[in-house]
Amino acid sequence: MSEQSVEITVNGKTISAEPGEMVIAAAERAGEFIPRFCYHPRMSSVGMCRQCLVEIDTGRGPMLQPSCMVPVSPGMTVDTESDTTKQAQEGILELLLANHPLDCPVCDKGGECPLQDQAFSHGPGESRYIEEKRHYEKPIDISSLIMLDRERCVLCDRCTRFADEVAGDPLIHFVERGNATQVMTYPDEPFSSHFSGNTAQICPVGALTAKPYRFKARPWDLEQANSTCTSCSVGCEISVHSSRDRVLRYQGIDNDDVNWGWLCDRGRFNFESIHAEGRVTEPLIKTADGHQATSWNAAMSITTELLNESLASAGASSVGVIGGARGTNEDAWAWAQLCAALGIERHDPQLGDGLPAALLGMPRATIREMASAATVVLLAPDLKEELPVLYLRLRDAVVNGSTRIIEFTSTGSGLTRHAWRSIRHGAGDVGSTISATFADADVQAQLSSGPVVVVAGRGNLATSADVEFAALQQLMTAVDGATVLPALRRGNVVGALQAGLAPTSAASDTTSTLTAAANGQIEVLVLLGSDPLADFPDRDLAAAALNGAGRVVSITGHMNASTVDADVVLPAAVMSEKTGSTTNLEGRVAPIAKKVNTPGVARADWMIAVELADRLGHDLGVSSVEGISEQLTSVGAGVGSVWSVPFESSAVEVNVAPKGGYDVDLIVSRVMYDGGVATASSPSLAGLANGRSVAVNPAVLEQLGIDSGEMIRLVSEHGSAELPVCPDDRLDRGTVWAAFGQPGRESGFGDVRSLISSSAPVSRIRIERVS
Amino acid sequence: MARLTDENVTLAKEIIDRYPRAKSALIPLLHIAQEQDGWVTDEAMRQIAELIGVTPAEVLGTGTFYEMFKFEPVGKYLINVCGTMSCALLGADDLMHAAEEELGIHEGGTTDDGMFTLHRAECQAACTEAPCLQVNYRYRFRTTPVEVRQLISDLRNGRLDDEIPPHGTLARVRQHIPADKGVGAVDPSQVTSPPEWITASAEGGAS
Repeated sequence: MSEQSVEITVNGKTISAEPGEMVIAAAERAGEFIPRFCYHPRMSSVGMCRQCLVEIDTGRGPMLQPSCMVPVSPGMTVDTESDTTKQAQEGILELLLANHPLDCPVCDKGGECPLQDQAFSHGPGESRYIEEKRHYEKPIDISSLIMLDRERCVLCDRCTRFADEVAGDPLIHFVERGNATQVMTYPDEPFSSHFSGNTAQICPVGALTAKPYRFKARPWDLEQANSTCTSCSVGCEISVHSSRDRVLRYQGIDNDDVNWGWLCDRGRFNFESIHAEGRVTEPLIKTADGHQATSWNAAMSITTELLNESLASAGASSVGVIGGARGTNEDAWAWAQLCAALGIERHDPQLGDGLPAALLGMPRATIREMASAATVVLLAPDLKEELPVLYLRLRDAVVNGSTRIIEFTSTGSGLTRHAWRSIRHGAGDVGSTISATFADADVQAQLSSGPVVVVAGRGNLATSADVEFAALQQLMTAVDGATVLPALRRGNVVGALQAGLAPTSAASDTTSTLTAAANGQIEVLVLLGSDPLADFPDRDLAAAALNGAGRVVSITGHMNASTVDADVVLPAAVMSEKTGSTTNLEGRVAPIAKKVNTPGVARADWMIAVELADRLGHDLGVSSVEGISEQLTSVGAGVGSVWSVPFESSAVEVNVAPKGGYDVDLIVSRVMYDGGVATASSPSLAGLANGRSVAVNPAVLEQLGIDSGEMIRLVSEHGSAELPVCPDDRLDRGTVWAAFGQPGRESGFGDVRSLISSSAPVSRIRIERVS
Repeated sequence: MARLTDENVTLAKEIIDRYPRAKSALIPLLHIAQEQDGWVTDEAMRQIAELIGVTPAEVLGTGTFYEMFKFEPVGKYLINVCGTMSCALLGADDLMHAAEEELGIHEGGTTDDGMFTLHRAECQAACTEAPCLQVNYRYRFRTTPVEVRQLISDLRNGRLDDEIPPHGTLARVRQHIPADKGVGAVDPSQVTSPPEWITASAEGGAS
């Protein structure tokens, strides 16, 4: 409690409140719950529903006032239980129920419904209304994920306020007035926000429901466990709800340090992939007739034999481990220990689509520090697409705080409209763009006005990590005292790097391992929950590596492109099927809860590592996940701590040749929904991927005489791809953009990754007409 | 039709420039759209959203709050027959029936030729002149069924064209503010002192 706290009296109890705090919040902290529908602690108060009327006396006698709109003042007396208060609250509830259909027995909200609960606790018990209720068409789709039942709506403004204030996508709004007021989208323009699922969670009635959960369970049948979302590295706190051994939904939990209760739709709904068709349930061995199921014992014997042979004959450098960023800290620790025991140096949890681990050796910032910084410099992919809840936090810092954003981008992003400066750069000139921008006196004044946090990630997958990392190093040198918030995307990438899976040098990272494999120097390639064919930017190299590697061992939850042809496939447990911890992008360690059993005989990655070590004659000294957790806690990675380990960093030199015959910069980045396994195997999300296309400045298309939707050919020194084109005036004329990893192979469209070479610092192309 | 004409887009941009925040121009722009087509079309709302940088849902939400913006086609003449207390007691129903019979449509409908739309309206603040009605918001006081039939016939034959312009018309003489006469848009965050008139009245010792 701060020094200037305000003393107020609630129901005869004296309590201290923060200055400016609303009565409803102060009373709740003191244990006096005031009923409410529209009030939400993470959004502005609007006083829409009037349910929180209580008698407040500020010296002029007690008066009924909405406690969500009245800030505390010294000496205030609040009575939440007086007869007048009770009468007012009962009256409001009777009015709210005047049009509410009371179809609770068939309503998904029944059992966890604030309207139902508060009708019992604060309602009149019966209604005097006998009139016909308001009627609307029963649930209508307002997006492919959310349904709206306007009859149940009590017009609290929570969803519309969320869309406007929090998400910044005001695609739903109150339309009409008076008795006809309703929440509605624009005709033919669905509520396709990346954050739409939150509205179903905060709806205080059953008006908004999320399709993946509709009619799946009753709240009282659900088992719950607190866990952490690992869809990206923000690490939002969630509650996993399951029934009869199936995960049925994730709900966001308000974590003050991280997600404030919000989730993105990808994180909220991709639990469906846990129970997807494509799960690997038994160990598989490749035979002449394809994969044959076998026992763990047989599969482990073969894997042990493969490892033993190659270690003995070709040494540790002939074994490479790629992946590990999708597991728990415990999984990563066990695999790092196994690699260390066997002397394997080739291990890397990233797939050439992140930044060097030295990023984590820079002075680090937390999300909270980012949100309170004077200046945030974005040298990262579009946060709204890749780290959506981090976007919400940063957007809030700008809109409701005093943070200013300086953004370096090639394409514009979801934050461009909130940026104080949004600076465009080409594929190879980010360094010089930074120098030029920082030469500006206004920018210098802004940078020296307070703490500076750099959000750093891989903005362009068609530009090498070295180019982007060199720019970051230059930026960090230019700004004294700046700290970095790593914007690497995979759920536990920071945990995996810090647990010891970081490559020991550039010569042992994924790019170098895949290059060695393509050259026939890798005997055993272990894919630890990774899919290089889908995720490595240089697709041709990934394909050559999988062909050239002696044997491929894939440890995976789902069948994927790289696994289809693997020699050994070991079934792995996925999130919500194993216990442990995960580390988010700021280094915060959070728990992972097991809520359902693995399908078939799948096991957690750490168990596989421990058993392999044992068979290879090494004792990792642990036999349970708790044992590993203890080890991690002893190095500062206990749940709840912010964990960091030192990483060496050396200056990266890059040399980008000037533009030649290929004069268009290729920008490739991820969007929220792609062909990745978690999205593709979640039926509700799979259809939301845009598919393959390339965005080009409309003036360029006009010049070439190409219409929107027509095919164009992109040609680089390394390959070519034919893709449908869409005009995008956010791009300048020397730049084209394509989304990474979009499904569409079956449509015959080319893959933009065939233009990328991991040996080239930047990707430059020519645009040609097809035919 | 439908989207704003080039002329109206120019006018819209001029209006937007008068405001420190583009979205403040939403209501004036809806008026322009309604003036152009007699009602506000979906395409016009999309275009307004683009012009002022909001979503079409926000345009629809704000616009539909206002009763006098129409989002479905209305006739050249919108007849609002008052149905509230004084008018109801003094024969509003008879007026409505006469109009329905004369026009061959029901309350709420529009004639096939697109000339007339007939609505029952809430109190039009002319209770002393009941029963009353409005044609494109121009009053007819103490009306009788006979006068209603006459009115409709006059409208049909263009005898009232001088008095009653088509629905949506804002003004026949367009007000134009030359750039040098405008106060200009001031960003609200730049305003540090109270408006001049507050100081003036304080100094003037207004009682």
